Amino acid sequence: MVSLLWLIPALPLAGFLLLLLLGKRIGEPFAGWIGTATVAGSFVTALVVFAGLWNEPEHTYSLKLFEWMPAGKFSVDIGFLLDPLSMAMILFITGIAALIHLYSIGYMHGDSRFPRFFTYLNLFVFSMLMLVMGDNLVLTFLGWEGVGACSYFLISFWFEKDANASAGKKAFITNRVGDWGFMVGTFATFFAFGTVKYVEFLPKASGLAQTTATFIVLMLFIGAMGKSAQIPLFIWLPDAMAGPTPVSALIHAATMVTAGVYLMVRVNPIIAASASWLPWVIAGIGVATAFLAATIAIAQTDIKKVLAYSTVSQLGYMFLAVGVGGYSAAIFHMITHAFFKACMFLGSGSVIHGMDDEQDMRRMGALRKVMPITAITFIIGWLAIAGVPPFSGFWSKDDILAYALHKSVVLYVIGLITALLTAFYMSRQVFMVFFGKANWGESHEAELANKIAHETSTVDGDTAADADSHDDAHAGHGAHAGHGVHPHESPRTMTIPLIVLAFFAAIAGALNLPFTEKLEFLNRWLEPVVGATQTQLHLSGSQLAIELVTSSVIALLGIAIAYGVYLKHKVDARRIELPLFANGWYIDSTITNFMGGLGRKGFELIAMFDKVVIDGAVNGVARATRGGAMRLRTVQSGYVRWYALMIGVGAVVVVAFVLSQVSFS
Amino acid sequence: MSPNLPLAYLALSAILFAIGGVGLLVRRNPLVMIMCVELMLNAVNLTFVTFGKMLDDISGQVIVFFVMVVAAAEVVIGLALIVAMARRRPEANADDLRLLRG
Repeated sequence: MVSLLWLIPALPLAGFLLLLLLGKRIGEPFAGWIGTATVAGSFVTALVVFAGLWNEPEHTYSLKLFEWMPAGKFSVDIGFLLDPLSMAMILFITGIAALIHLYSIGYMHGDSRFPRFFTYLNLFVFSMLMLVMGDNLVLTFLGWEGVGACSYFLISFWFEKDANASAGKKAFITNRVGDWGFMVGTFATFFAFGTVKYVEFLPKASGLAQTTATFIVLMLFIGAMGKSAQIPLFIWLPDAMAGPTPVSALIHAATMVTAGVYLMVRVNPIIAASASWLPWVIAGIGVATAFLAATIAIAQTDIKKVLAYSTVSQLGYMFLAVGVGGYSAAIFHMITHAFFKACMFLGSGSVIHGMDDEQDMRRMGALRKVMPITAITFIIGWLAIAGVPPFSGFWSKDDILAYALHKSVVLYVIGLITALLTAFYMSRQVFMVFFGKANWGESHEAELANKIAHETSTVDGDTAADADSHDDAHAGHGAHAGHGVHPHESPRTMTIPLIVLAFFAAIAGALNLPFTEKLEFLNRWLEPVVGATQTQLHLSGSQLAIELVTSSVIALLGIAIAYGVYLKHKVDARRIELPLFANGWYIDSTITNFMGGLGRKGFELIAMFDKVVIDGAVNGVARATRGGAMRLRTVQSGYVRWYALMIGVGAVVVVAFVLSQVSFS
Repeated sequence: MSPNLPLAYLALSAILFAIGGVGLLVRRNPLVMIMCVELMLNAVNLTFVTFGKMLDDISGQVIVFFVMVVAAAEVVIGLALIVAMARRRPEANADDLRLLRG
């Protein structure tokens, strides 16, 4: 059963090729169903393989298809490594991807490039599977670049708008910076071990010189920072929301952005062999990213931007977990995060869909009555990410915080503050979108009446207070001015994935409950991969209780503050939503200013250096050759007799030389 | 055969070679220049034969045949060029033909 492994990536690849060749002819909606079917098929295969993997020794199995690049001592195979880590990744990637494919059939309905969307999605799933299943760094890099390319295609999917096209470019270029680190890390690995195959070099990691190990991990971490949107390379992820919402859910929340965390967990023996300050760097960058992104999320008004910054923040948590040695906690949070964040992204997509492409939360509100399924699933996702027990996010976040406390109190406190901020900004979003006063069209009841009558010219009877924002809304929807927005629940292809994801967002905590060792399924499952290097936590019952209670109180406190601010209006929201946060700590504009001003001058200097020194050297050699030749060519006078004389003189010189050397004794 | 006889042949061939060489350098008529080259070649042939006789080695004589074959080929091409040149520019001498100068 395990040998069916190759089918898992083969199915999406087949779907990709089929849609690539015949997509246009197949058309809507069958192209979507084909894409969904292939990914669902690989999910089913993954379940079968999972069942088979139980019987393998150490739950590990590897399969070599063929040798890809033989080059002397260097050899790269197309081979798959199936171990508890990659199995866990495969299961949630294929599962969530199948649901999001299904959702996309509804979401992308009527799009002129419907088949192409599924072509890209299938290619993405294939690349992502290569990334996690590859048995060597080079194959992982192939998948790494594949998902990067798909991310670029899909962010810029609606490339007719300039902003979308440049968001794609931003993502691509920022990732390139990280990919450089990955490549150098791969080279260094080959240099140090003579191989890039995980099963061959990871066991030898403990024998590595500390400096070498530190260098390798640092370089791979740069790659992970790019892919997983950590400081300072996180700037691309919020802009990546320009893509269609299913893409944001699949690529920029659930799967691709977790690739960096996967990579770090994969090379955990090398982290253990590196300098002791390195985990501090990883944990520090993780927790700083978590905190910074959470503060930015507080002041965003775009429904997807909040979720984007929230994703950055949660990825920061995962890196915090990696840094403090809680590898299984990182994977645990990755899985629960995939469920609740995908659920919320799809929910936001459902809202956007229902609101006729409105993304500004200030023009939403009270949507729970018109979109009940979306609202309920979104609320479950919200409770999960906010860390309310017993939802999944509570358990995974608490797991990470427990490891953080074991390492340092400072990390724990920042983590807790971030948890408070998380609960606050997510509650803010839920209250702004689903509760409170309806800010779309007129009051909610009248809107319903509108729906029935459908032909009323009094749509613009809104109060003076929100007249301004309402005018804006109409300006954005000039095409159907005169009608208000008519929020409506989404079709079933969209709500079913929401329900399934919400279900798992609620219960996924059961994967790894901290009460007894028997309940820590994920911990024990990942034991063969991370057991040797993982920090061992032995919490007493009271310690555990204190930590769990603290986390719950923090989560509820965050929700309570948001309730006071956004539903009761006890505090003016503008005092919390600082411009510093709304503008993302001015990081983007600082970069722009630097690149436009000082940076540009610097680059011009470098360009000058290139022109003067590099080009000068090259052109100088050419000019010298040319000049020398100009002088030398006068020797060729064209007088045959002159040549003859030269031959004669030359012959005499040679003979004279020979005679002088030969002795006639 | 007096011991001085080979020496006389060598002296003769040296003289012939010198005449040919000087002729090649001082004359401008292409036809005469080719004749001078032939003279030099035959002077060399004479030394080959002389040395072959002196050393009782037949290869000295054999190589002469090679030289004659090459010389024949050279004359064919050389004369063809001279004829072609003479048709285009009847008055030209060797120094006028310097189109290939650098």
